[in-house]
Amino acid sequence: MAEPARARPKPTPETQHFWDGTAAGELRLQRCDACANVYFPPRPFCPSCGSRKVSIFKASGKGTLYSYVINHRPAAPGFTPPYAIAVVELEEGPRMMSNIVDCPQTPEALELDMKLEVAFEKLDDKITLPLFRPAKG
Amino acid sequence: MRRNAVAVVGAAETTELGVIPNMSQIQLHADAALNAIADAGLKLSDIDGIATAVETPQQIAHYLGIKPTWVDGTSVGGCSFMLHVRHAAAAIEAGLCKTVLITHAESGKSMIGKLPRSTPPDSLNGQFEAPFGVYGPPSMFPIPVLRYMKTHGITHEQIAMVAVVQREWAAKNPRATMKAPITVEDVLNSKMIAYPFRILQCCLVTDGGGALILTSADRAKDFPNKPVYILGTGESVETPMVSQMETFDSSRAFRVAGPTAFREAGIAHKDVGHLMIYDAFAHLPLYGLGDLGFMPHEETGKFIADGNTRPGGKLPLNTNGGGLSYMHSGMYGMYALQESVRQMRGIAPAQVPGAKISVCHGVGGMFAASGTIIFTNEK
Repeated sequence: MAEPARARPKPTPETQHFWDGTAAGELRLQRCDACANVYFPPRPFCPSCGSRKVSIFKASGKGTLYSYVINHRPAAPGFTPPYAIAVVELEEGPRMMSNIVDCPQTPEALELDMKLEVAFEKLDDKITLPLFRPAKG
Repeated sequence: MRRNAVAVVGAAETTELGVIPNMSQIQLHADAALNAIADAGLKLSDIDGIATAVETPQQIAHYLGIKPTWVDGTSVGGCSFMLHVRHAAAAIEAGLCKTVLITHAESGKSMIGKLPRSTPPDSLNGQFEAPFGVYGPPSMFPIPVLRYMKTHGITHEQIAMVAVVQREWAAKNPRATMKAPITVEDVLNSKMIAYPFRILQCCLVTDGGGALILTSADRAKDFPNKPVYILGTGESVETPMVSQMETFDSSRAFRVAGPTAFREAGIAHKDVGHLMIYDAFAHLPLYGLGDLGFMPHEETGKFIADGNTRPGGKLPLNTNGGGLSYMHSGMYGMYALQESVRQMRGIAPAQVPGAKISVCHGVGGMFAASGTIIFTNEK
């Protein structure tokens, strides 16, 4: 593909575990050991209670479609319009932005609250993106 | 903050609005500032406080030759100027300065001397939003709207009516960029930008600027134009990532800033004669009506579709035509403030007869920040 590549995330010390997780085929979230709050994006403390005692765990990878747009113009580098930019509500509570694959990018196919599951897309040796597809079954 | 302790005594936009290919962004700031200083009957040397956003205060102060004793560079997006008004009022009350100049300008269309916007790949937005194809506000700001519509039972036609009604207001404003009448069908058949929003539901992209001058109410009566008093103020921020809002059913930043300003002003919603809600995109007036407490969110779409906010309606809203039809250089908050001041002075092209209280509500980023200013022309 001669087109410019999509924006590539650059991990920081606080987010490295998340990107190591996606590269290993795991969607990793964090849970506060003090108040049990599950949160995203990654940081080494709980944004609810401030505790620094937090644990990383493997999330189920299941979620539902919270909201989206289908972007027509202007398209981001590496994307062919129209494409959906979605926000997925994870089973564990946090929401994250993603794209919906294996699904027509139409309002008819993209129903709010539809069940989704994570689908990892490898960008290169270091970065794998967590995308989502309609849940099977 | 004490009610009516500080007043706007100077207000002006740039000499031209729209496409201004013969002026850089910093000169647009200066053009607006000089117009506002003239409007107030002041000299540059009278200004001892300065606030601006995106451009730094030192940039604007130096360019204008101002030696401030108070500075505010709060830059939280398009509502930064509402926050500047709030901060300036507090600073004047505290005696930190006497006469504050707030400037905005953006070469949003011509892009002359405009600072680049970028998202570093190791920022949180760069890691957790940019890789999924967001590319400018049209791809981000409407992301919550399908959820809002589903939760509150809002229709596509109702949101299209926001653009239709604002065009009616724009038609009464000679300086508005878009004045030709439009229908719901026109809106729903216009070019698709980011479903569900089409181009007539997205703001304009223009050049321009505006500036305000504030001083203590005790001095305000000595100025050439009718003073406009600051009755109440509010501000908040939520998140730079639209995906991380607490909920898409509402804006937390709105729910903090708006009610804070109402409490400070000590007014009820029925007292509001004129309303501005920053409309970068057509869903924002709905969020604003609900989050500021004018009505439940379920009723916002019908309220606008029924004509309550159009010329002659009971709650005149976005009477300059808004970001959708008047102008939008990138940070529209200053133009909303200018229209509130015009309405309170009684000189707006689409003047609301007898309006005594104007609520001006702004958004910054994609629901990232919010500021609300309540003005009155009665002390």
